[in-house]
Amino acid sequence: MSDSIGEGHRWIIEAEIMPKQGVNDPDRDAVMSGLKSLSFDGTQRVRVGKLIRIEIQAVSEDDALDQGTRMCESLLANPVIEEFVVSAAQIG
Amino acid sequence: MSQIRAGVISFPGSNGDHDALIALETDLGIQVRRVDYREIDLSDLDAVVLPGGFSYGDALRCGAIARFSPVMEPLRAFAEAGKPVLGICNGFQILCEAHLLPGALLRNQTLKFHCFWTSVRIEQSDTPWTSALTEEDVLRLPVAHGEGAYYIGEHGLAEIERNGQVVARYATDDGDILDMANRNGSVASIAAVCNERRNVVGIMPHPERATNDLTGGSDGLRLLSGILDGALAAGPSR
Repeated sequence: MSDSIGEGHRWIIEAEIMPKQGVNDPDRDAVMSGLKSLSFDGTQRVRVGKLIRIEIQAVSEDDALDQGTRMCESLLANPVIEEFVVSAAQIG
Repeated sequence: MSQIRAGVISFPGSNGDHDALIALETDLGIQVRRVDYREIDLSDLDAVVLPGGFSYGDALRCGAIARFSPVMEPLRAFAEAGKPVLGICNGFQILCEAHLLPGALLRNQTLKFHCFWTSVRIEQSDTPWTSALTEEDVLRLPVAHGEGAYYIGEHGLAEIERNGQVVARYATDDGDILDMANRNGSVASIAAVCNERRNVVGIMPHPERATNDLTGGSDGLRLLSGILDGALAAGPSR
């Protein structure tokens, strides 16, 4: 049963935004050297990005993913320096 | 007093707007007015400055929210009409986010906020903002930024270098482009760029904070004074 207020169902979309390969990332370098100095010797590679979780109304998974992608393209990510992956899960 | 009239946009969180207003009015001697970020008419202006600061608290990415301010639509038309636009520090970040300038600004490679005087070498004198300077001039300007590392991909870098869009680079006091002078880690030591049309310039150091010897130096005035000729060349709007 859905308690949606508009058309469709409630979805959680997650936008995982990461610096593009080749972009200098001093955060990543600091985390890497911090882990090494704490003797996590197996550390091979670090990436530091952000996760944005948004609750939306959508009629289908495709619709939810499409909304998330458009959000990333217009605001959440900067394509010059970042890449993103959007996922969606229905919650109501 | 020159008949040129410049506007300085105040976004929520701008803090260099008053510096820019005072520098342009008192030290450069032109007419200026503060432009609210909600304004939609810039037709009384010959040049526009986007000042430094922390618009919208740097939420999401520096400049990412300010880019959607109402004033940005008339600003885009203003830029497309070939009139001079200068983005300083956060203003540079906003112009990049708005795609009015190529590239992006990243965290300083030191992960520290940089606040000191630096030297930049002028690479292009055919923009309205650098027309009073000569290529290879070295200016002493203050920087104040946490996200000042200019970034552009390999392909984009080749393109802006080919087009002569790199306006200034961090340099030693003698004008040498060395890594030691590029403390924030900018690609190719880039401190300032312009658009293809050359009327929109973004610069990370603060020329508006170097307009009077009483406050440490006046090299910034040499840069800003370019619009005395540059704005006229672009054609006043009145």
